[in-house]
Amino acid sequence: MSDAPALALSNVSKSFGAVRALRDVSLELFAGEAHALAGENGAGKSTLVKTLAGVHRPDSGQVLLNGEPVVFAGPADAQQAGVAVIYQEPTLFPDLSVAENIFMGRQPRRSLGRIDRKAMHDATRELFGRLGVALDPEQPSRGLSIADQQLVEIAKAISRDARVLVMDEPTAALSGNEVARLFSVVEALREHGCAILFISHRLDEIFELCQRVTTLRDGEWIASEPVSGLTHDDLVRRMVGRELGTLYPKQDAEVGEVALQVERLTREGVFTDVSFEVRRGEIVALAGLVGAGRSEVARAIFGVDRWDAGAVSVDGVRLPAGSPTAAMGAGLALVPEDRRQQGLVMELSIERNIGLTGLRDLRKGVTISRKAERDRAKDWAVRLRLKFARLSDGVGVLSGGNQQKVVLAKWLATGPSVLIVDEPTRGIDVGTKAEVHRLLSELAGQGIAVLMISSDLPEVLGMADRVLVMHEGRLTAELSRAEATEESVMTAATGRAA
Amino acid sequence: MAKVLRWDVMVGVLLIVVFGYGSLTSPSFATAGNLSFALSDLGEIALIALAMTMLVVAAEVDLSVASVLGLSSALVGSLWDAGLAIETIIPIAVLAGALCGLVNGLLVTRLGLPSLAVTIGTLALYRGLAYVVLGDRAVAQFPPQFVSLAVDDVPGTPIPYPVALFVLLAAIVGVVLHATGFGRSLYAIGAQEQAAFFAGIRVKRIKLLLFVVSGTVAAFAGVVFTLRYGSARADNGLGIELAVIAAVLLGGVDFDGGKGTLGGVIAGVLLIGLLRNLLMLGDVSTEIQSIVTGLLLIVSVLTPRLVSLAKPAALLRATSRANLKGSP
Amino acid sequence: MTTATAPPEQVSPARSARNLVDLVFRARELSLVIALAVLVGVTAGVNGNFLSSQGVQDILLNTSILALLAVGQSMVVITRNLDLSVGSVVGLVAFVTGDFLASGGGIVPAVLLGIAIGAGCGLLNGLLVSFCRVPALVVTLGTLYVIQGVDHYIAHGRQINAVNLPPGLLSLGNGSVLGVPYLPLITLVIMLAIGYYLRSYASGREYYAIGSSPEAARLAGVPVRRRILTAYLVSGCLAGLAGVLWLARFGTVIADSAHGWELLVVSAVVVGGVAITGGVGSVYGAALGALLLTTIGSALVVLRVNSFWQQAITGALLLLAISVDRVLALRVARLLRNRSRHG
Ligand SMILES: Nc1ncnc2c1ncn2[C@@H]1O[C@H](COP(=O)(O)OP(=O)(O)OP(=O)(O)O)[C@@H](O)[C@H]1O
Ligand SMILES: [Mg+2]
Repeated sequence: MSDAPALALSNVSKSFGAVRALRDVSLELFAGEAHALAGENGAGKSTLVKTLAGVHRPDSGQVLLNGEPVVFAGPADAQQAGVAVIYQEPTLFPDLSVAENIFMGRQPRRSLGRIDRKAMHDATRELFGRLGVALDPEQPSRGLSIADQQLVEIAKAISRDARVLVMDEPTAALSGNEVARLFSVVEALREHGCAILFISHRLDEIFELCQRVTTLRDGEWIASEPVSGLTHDDLVRRMVGRELGTLYPKQDAEVGEVALQVERLTREGVFTDVSFEVRRGEIVALAGLVGAGRSEVARAIFGVDRWDAGAVSVDGVRLPAGSPTAAMGAGLALVPEDRRQQGLVMELSIERNIGLTGLRDLRKGVTISRKAERDRAKDWAVRLRLKFARLSDGVGVLSGGNQQKVVLAKWLATGPSVLIVDEPTRGIDVGTKAEVHRLLSELAGQGIAVLMISSDLPEVLGMADRVLVMHEGRLTAELSRAEATEESVMTAATGRAA
Repeated sequence: MAKVLRWDVMVGVLLIVVFGYGSLTSPSFATAGNLSFALSDLGEIALIALAMTMLVVAAEVDLSVASVLGLSSALVGSLWDAGLAIETIIPIAVLAGALCGLVNGLLVTRLGLPSLAVTIGTLALYRGLAYVVLGDRAVAQFPPQFVSLAVDDVPGTPIPYPVALFVLLAAIVGVVLHATGFGRSLYAIGAQEQAAFFAGIRVKRIKLLLFVVSGTVAAFAGVVFTLRYGSARADNGLGIELAVIAAVLLGGVDFDGGKGTLGGVIAGVLLIGLLRNLLMLGDVSTEIQSIVTGLLLIVSVLTPRLVSLAKPAALLRATSRANLKGSP
Repeated sequence: MTTATAPPEQVSPARSARNLVDLVFRARELSLVIALAVLVGVTAGVNGNFLSSQGVQDILLNTSILALLAVGQSMVVITRNLDLSVGSVVGLVAFVTGDFLASGGGIVPAVLLGIAIGAGCGLLNGLLVSFCRVPALVVTLGTLYVIQGVDHYIAHGRQINAVNLPPGLLSLGNGSVLGVPYLPLITLVIMLAIGYYLRSYASGREYYAIGSSPEAARLAGVPVRRRILTAYLVSGCLAGLAGVLWLARFGTVIADSAHGWELLVVSAVVVGGVAITGGVGSVYGAALGALLLTTIGSALVVLRVNSFWQQAITGALLLLAISVDRVLALRVARLLRNRSRHG
């Protein structure tokens, strides 16, 4: 093995119009090391990944492969050079089978160059076995949960036997069990001499998996150093550039009357007999493993899915099944799980997206008041410390975390009395995470009832007044703040409770 | 990139070029009489294009419009033959169009079928019904006061009634599309239907309404068409759905939904109309007209793309400058 | 670890679900076959002539050109594009090759000429769509008008007469081997070849990948532009071939003889279960769709349905076919959902 880094960037800059996403950034990835890339939302991590992957061409600077400068004309070139990439947003073919998604373009062949489907399915099963994934290779990837999509992406990258494995927030949608599996597989690859670049906003994961870490701030390189000498706070300071307060600023709020009441809610084959209530001023967490049916319950309550039996009432008023409009009218708001498909209209601007939930309120006569629309957007952009160039920019160019803030803004602007948030801090950096938590706590303080779905257990324990736990479509436990511990929540989530 | 060389701007420029060329080369071109003729000759396509614009912005399409036009014409003919008064016939024909639109809309929204497939089916169905209603006869001799409504000018102006109607409707659609919450919803639905639904927008209801509007407008265009030519036939307007789509696409409305302006569509309609008129004045054969229309479509989409491919960097700089100036 | 750990989840009952999924996918073609059987059965019950060898031959002959076009079109549609110009290509090729043959050209050069013209049109469409990234609908609507105009320009009101054509060509259009006409044989061979390629070759699967998610295909290193170009090229070539076959079958042609066929072809593709949004469907389905549409037409004639009613009924049956297909798919999806949880 030579001493030159397997893959490196030297003095790379990349701009999008007026936005300078990367400025003079250098990074060296050595064979056999797991290297973390840390930085706030919009720091330029994904841009760096896409530069390594041949999606973006650097404006200046070089990509070096084994010390030699290379130019990747497209993703195919990078793949050819042994770079496998898991992008931040899943990039699957919804109509094709999971196995075909993994092996597209490099399917096992039999005579005459024909595809050997059996070999392909066997290889997929073997991969899934290593990752502990219970998916059928022949099932189409349409309809997979975000977590399952992420797992397929991981399997795809690993199957390439790459010399460099780049992972942009692969764990954002996963719960602990899956993360543990992923890490053991990645560890094995690393020991075989693979170079790993790993991005995550969960700092513990960085400390667990990686040997070195490079920090970016506002597109600039801050530091590259061994992980071993660092503390959490050191890393946060490098990322944010200032000291950070507590991550879980939960204040006790006065608990009022029942705002959201769910009675024996059932959707055939998805969840059964779910009953609970959320009071004003309360933050109730809905915990459970990925696939337990939490998001599905939220969707049904909000009316985007129908329910088959049961009832939902907000402030004592019963909601009709299957009508988000009615739910909004009653004071419900849902920050959905999948921001690209459900949360945002990517082609529209920031202000249009924030205005979308208030088309009635923004009316002046029959037409929309542009000023009101802009004011509403500006107000919330400032309150959530959104990082943007212009409100008329498309949300599609914002970094993942900033997109999530736009979704929050869009719903908070409706002034809801019950706020349902589904994975509110997925893909959000520590600084913003603390802000979102502070915000949720404040909202509860103002008498809003908050139902929070989260796969992040410390978040659940840190923020919730009460924890509801689901397992396979049923509520298995209700724990008070005092009763809720990692142990007790996980016991209920895995169905081991008596 | 969009700001500098937008598609609809491009079409507007082409429009001016054609107009200038026409006035220079043909003395009879830029006369009020000729222009109003050119416009009313295009009246039905223009009317239908208004409704179609809203549909396409919402990422749907209605290919059955020409057949609805034919059905409406056939209804007018056969009911007139049966001795009904025109005053009763017109509402019946228009209502039938609304019903046709309702069927399209229900199939699309209730069953979740793609509108392209549904309206190809109803394209055959409604045209077939037109033949069922009227056979291959032609009915003529409509009362002169109604015929004159379809061809005469608004008193004191050189503007024919159908054109005046188009201007009125265009103003309404323009406001609806670009300044109301309903218009905002259409763009959101077209760009990302699921997100629109999650934002509490009644996606299905809105789509249903659009199809009903489209059917209604097409049927009304059928009435105008019948009176203008003074002849009701089942095959009236055969194949104009493609001309309507051409006008809408020429105007820069993205067939994938979520993009486009009414101004662009109007420019597109006018461009096609003036060009046809100019070629007609120059005694150019219909086949050349067809070629020119086709080339126009291709050139109008190709030019902005080629420019942006040629010098993306320069354009990008220009864009950010333009944007900076444009921001309040 | 910030997140909690849990023991491995139990394996979900995916197997039984998969068989159902399989069934649904095959059912698309299956339900077409059933619809076809019902139609043929009922019609033959009313009028026995429908299933006479002459009747069957007629249907097969009428289907083959439409099916050929549908096969090419479905390749384009699978990549989430559309080719509206096929009808006008057929018209142009039929006329130009007719002209060529009538003035003494040979049959083989004529076929090659037809395919070459089609290929040229396809190449033009493909280049505009894939390399200039212009919306497919606009481009092919534009080329539809242009080709149509060129066709009329060349024809200039003339028509090609069967008597001026070499008999060899006409027997290609109407002759048969062992009682099976040539035309459907040609279509069948081409359909099988393309169908097999799309299903069993890595590059074939890439067409589906592109249609399913163009962005993901680009990131996966699929040569998106080349594949789209090829799809249009194939569609163009087949349209060219169809133009020659059209001439061979009908002998007498005027300019723009396949006017309006673009929508007919698209409906065959859609009825055949190829999703207009790309990524789903097969050329077999598209060809079956063409067969179903043609059979409906013939059945209505045989059943002596008033000719004024025929078009309306065709439209209604088309709607019925796609609606039933959709309702079944929704039902099965629901069933699948329940199974996958409780099964
Ligand atoms: N295609 C693009 N066009 C314009 N701007 C872009 C584009 N892609 C990224 N940007 C901008 O570049 C900056 C860096 O974005 P990037 O996605 O790399 O951030 P990130 O570090 O990955 O953030 P996150 O943690 O939220 O994923 C952001 O300000 C973003 O808005
Ligand atoms: Mg990122």
